[in-house]
Amino acid sequence: MNPSVDTLRATFGTAIGRSSVTRDGVSTVDVACAQALKVFEFLRSSEHYDYLVDLTAVEYRDPERPLEVVYLLRSLQGGAELRVKVLLDVRQELAVDSVVGVWAGANWLEREVFDMFGVQFRGHPDLRRILMWETYAEGHPLRKDFPLRGRFSRAEQVRQALAGHPEAHYSMEELSFADAHHDLPADMRERLRRGERGTIPHSE
Amino acid sequence: MTKRTVELELATPGVGANGDAVRVPLTVGTEEPSGIPGEPMLINIGPQHPATHGVLRLVVELDGETVVRVIPHVGYLHSGFEKLGEYRHYNQIIPLTDRTDYLAPMANNVGVALAAEQLMGIEITPRCTVLRLIACEMSRIISHLVWLGTTSIDLGAFTPFLWAFQQRERIYNLQEAWTGARLTTSVTRVGGLMADVPTGFVEGLEEFTRTFPKTLDEIDRVLTRNAVWAGRTQGVGVMSAPDAVNYSLSGPMLRASGVAYDLRKDRPYLGYETYDFDVPIGEHGDVYDRYRVRLEECYQSNRILAQAIKRLPDGPINVADPRVILPPKSRAMTDMEAMIFHFKQVMEGIRAPVGEAYVGIENPKGELGNYFVSDGSAKPVRWRIRPPAFINLAALPKLAEGHLLSDLIAINASVDIVMGEVDR
Repeated sequence: MNPSVDTLRATFGTAIGRSSVTRDGVSTVDVACAQALKVFEFLRSSEHYDYLVDLTAVEYRDPERPLEVVYLLRSLQGGAELRVKVLLDVRQELAVDSVVGVWAGANWLEREVFDMFGVQFRGHPDLRRILMWETYAEGHPLRKDFPLRGRFSRAEQVRQALAGHPEAHYSMEELSFADAHHDLPADMRERLRRGERGTIPHSE
Repeated sequence: MTKRTVELELATPGVGANGDAVRVPLTVGTEEPSGIPGEPMLINIGPQHPATHGVLRLVVELDGETVVRVIPHVGYLHSGFEKLGEYRHYNQIIPLTDRTDYLAPMANNVGVALAAEQLMGIEITPRCTVLRLIACEMSRIISHLVWLGTTSIDLGAFTPFLWAFQQRERIYNLQEAWTGARLTTSVTRVGGLMADVPTGFVEGLEEFTRTFPKTLDEIDRVLTRNAVWAGRTQGVGVMSAPDAVNYSLSGPMLRASGVAYDLRKDRPYLGYETYDFDVPIGEHGDVYDRYRVRLEECYQSNRILAQAIKRLPDGPINVADPRVILPPKSRAMTDMEAMIFHFKQVMEGIRAPVGEAYVGIENPKGELGNYFVSDGSAKPVRWRIRPPAFINLAALPKLAEGHLLSDLIAINASVDIVMGEVDR
């Protein structure tokens, strides 16, 4: 077992849950969601986990089991590895604090977890979908209740793709500095003024 | 923005006022910005653009020719591999990995097989270990050669591209002889390999390792001390060592920034610790250093290959466990027990114990991680690929902002992305 687990337990007490060593020999520890950011800051500054190897989420087939946000940390100098899991109840709001301020590499990884699992990262600078397009309306693909072929029929998917507005391909931020902003069609500028993104019209 | 000079004089030959030959120093990119504020302009590069190396789309805010902001858009090649993996047996996942980093398919096959074996606690045979290492290093060479060729084209040098692709073709021929495929190799199986190497393969590879460095020397000669190449790449897209670690960069991107971290040395797998090779480290973390690191890695991979051929042991390529490895077809047709094992494996797959395992390997692009979570069934609950190209690409805005638009192309090329892996 990685000695950092004991240090965490001594420092954070009840915020630290179950710990174990997984089949790859990495110590894994559960951390309470409310304390997670403090724990990560501590791990980064005091325990020298300077490298965020991976950030992902796991949902089990058993619907009773919580969804896990999994952080794999590494200390490049010492070589120690630690896996930290934040457990989220799927029946409640899925949200954890963003660790972009701790490891800058978490930016796109958190966006991916948000995109694929619907987990909100509080304090993320730019939490948008990343692999799916921004107006994707079918949900979060890696959730277990998401069917392999998607929620919509192929015909509906094609219809939506064709019905998308051109500005849907740009974020609001991008359109705001577009040189041709004043050349956009009036209805598009009006939608932008209202802060609407290229929404998909409902089929009649 | 001033650029550092190379070891040799960065100069072009010219004629002075008296008719003597003089060397005119190149002053690339030394002008200071005029200070006149311009209108910001939004331009869209890609997703169908040769210089974005795949279906990457960059929305760029420009002030004159200077990049103020880069906003990458990815996902055009998203195939949902991780979702598909949850519906497949462990061995059925291997073909999916061919299509992630499609410039180094064999290395991906090895990565996923190692992770599944770690999860199941399987020890592979000595011959399999060496053959997998050969597969990894062959992949590193072909991936770096594609990088070298396409990047040199991006920066205006066409010849290295042809040289690189000629050599790459030789590896592809070997790969094809071994696996029957140039791209969709699927060379590994959980517990072993799809096939042993064919007759003549070892000789072919030996011949390759003997002659390949000559081409690298040629590429080195035309690029490393080339004034245009140095001017386009030095001081461009600089990433400091602390930033590189903070941004979770891996592979040549991390090492070019001066961080001596290579999984083959620091967390050895496949017996890399028993081979004699060096890990090149950059100093300035710019595009030029990334080029130097990748070029040197080709030499080092060649060294490893030469050693691996010499020590390739005889023996079986698969573990002797009928629950994991399919019995030979001849036995399955004649032997009742072999047929039962064959049937159970094909119909039910290999059951993994409850648990999870992450295995990271040093892929050409960086640390390729495969993370399996199992609930005891034959299909993983979660298969996660830690995509090195995706994580490296996330640092692109940081690298490119403040540079010229033409430098953005050089920087983007230096990240060495492959969209199959970025989008998965």
